[in-house]
Amino acid sequence: MDALVVGTIIKIVLVLLIVSALAGFGTYIERKVLAFMQRRLGPAHVGPFGLLQIAADGIKLFTKEDIIPQHANKFIFSLAPVITAATAFIALSAVPLFPTFVIPESLPLIGGAIVPSIIADVNIGVLFVLGMMAAGLYGPLLAGMAQANKWGILGSARTAVQFLSYEVVTGLSVLAPIMVVGSLSLLDFNNAQTGGVGSWLIWQQPIAFILFLIAGFAETNRTPFDLLEHEAEIISGYVTEYSGLRWGMFFIGEYANMFTISILAAVIFCGGYGDIGFVPGWLALLLKVTFFFFLMLWVRASWPHIRPDQLMWLCWKVLMPLAVINIVITGIVVMI
Amino acid sequence: MFEQIAFYLFSILTIGLFLVTVFSNNILYAMTSLASGMVLIAGFFFLNGADFLGVVQLIVYVGAVMALYAFGMMFFNVTKTIKENNTSNVTVFVLGVSIALLMVLMFAAPISPEVIFVSAAPEPNATNPEAVGLVLFTKYLVPFEVAAVMLLIAMIGGIILAGKKMDQSLTKTDDENIIQKDIK
Repeated sequence: MDALVVGTIIKIVLVLLIVSALAGFGTYIERKVLAFMQRRLGPAHVGPFGLLQIAADGIKLFTKEDIIPQHANKFIFSLAPVITAATAFIALSAVPLFPTFVIPESLPLIGGAIVPSIIADVNIGVLFVLGMMAAGLYGPLLAGMAQANKWGILGSARTAVQFLSYEVVTGLSVLAPIMVVGSLSLLDFNNAQTGGVGSWLIWQQPIAFILFLIAGFAETNRTPFDLLEHEAEIISGYVTEYSGLRWGMFFIGEYANMFTISILAAVIFCGGYGDIGFVPGWLALLLKVTFFFFLMLWVRASWPHIRPDQLMWLCWKVLMPLAVINIVITGIVVMI
Repeated sequence: MFEQIAFYLFSILTIGLFLVTVFSNNILYAMTSLASGMVLIAGFFFLNGADFLGVVQLIVYVGAVMALYAFGMMFFNVTKTIKENNTSNVTVFVLGVSIALLMVLMFAAPISPEVIFVSAAPEPNATNPEAVGLVLFTKYLVPFEVAAVMLLIAMIGGIILAGKKMDQSLTKTDDENIIQKDIK
């Protein structure tokens, strides 16, 4: 078979397995970090440092009874988690993960296969990823509407509010870096910033970077924007009636989206997988993604939730004008 | 080979989904099939190498149908089937016949080859967004501007219709005042 095809298949399988597993590991890290910041212990009983809590949670998820409420729309109810998980992974397929490399010939079977940096290299990568992540919000929306539960309906109403709020900010904040680079391909973004830390776009576009992060938090519904399942107000929002593996799929989708946003922030604004001094590119990207992931947990530990109307006010009256002004200034600078 | 299979797959799925949209009595089924049909149409753009238009189709209709869902949520109980009021048979007859005529015209148009021509050939070396931009800002500049002005008018109209009490902001009101209003 073609070396590239073998490499792509290897990469697809690896991304699917690793990201699904990382969703489990992510919860452990999240609990530990939150516990550290709030002066608690976090998971500590199962295994060393509570590490086997992941396995315990996994077993619980897989063996839990799968309940479908009596008056729910069964088809849509079971479709919704699949949409969330599938769109999250489709979005991940157009994101550059590591530099392209060739598996050494000495390995049996897969030796010589070329593992590409992007699984599906569409030349409009940024838009595709953002569009797919936007389509992912149909998961919470349909889940909330199908379950015949008032908390669920509230959750999906909030999904619509959230989507209509942040979507404009995401698009406009990415537009300025696109104008600077002059391409929609994520590989071009990466190649435009290979000249070390000084060439990162974050120094040219600090406002766009902050706006993108804020909109990214809303997109992955992390605190302070986790309106969809704000447990103090609407029980669990769109996941109220879900249990077991279906709930797990929402969960994996949410964590995959967190990784996608982290990778996007690293690739668009922070140099992607370009080498930093003696640090090789793949390690640099890992470190950046880890930092952004940590940032999400940090913000969760230190900020309160906000109301839906506050989110809409923030997005349309503060962030959108800022983004438009940023684009106009960038346009003038690029023209000159 | 793959492209043909993909084309027929997308065609069957799109037509099937839009049929569900028209015939279903359930709001949830109708809107979900509408949304997925719109997303699948993006597949045709991808098959023809128009990646940019495909993604634009995806982003635009994901947002648009989301707004439709919001209305569906407000007006109907989405888990029950809707009992439709049967309108007059005359309307159904006129609409059906005219749509059938339109379909016949559309399908019969390609029979004469002069009807089909490329009015604005894309630049051979331009990338996707460049080709769209060149056509949009040269040959079709006037329709583009007219559409922009129409959207602006619609936006202003929407703000005027919906914008009562625009000078008060719920977000800027203190929590105590909001609670007092609720009690009254």
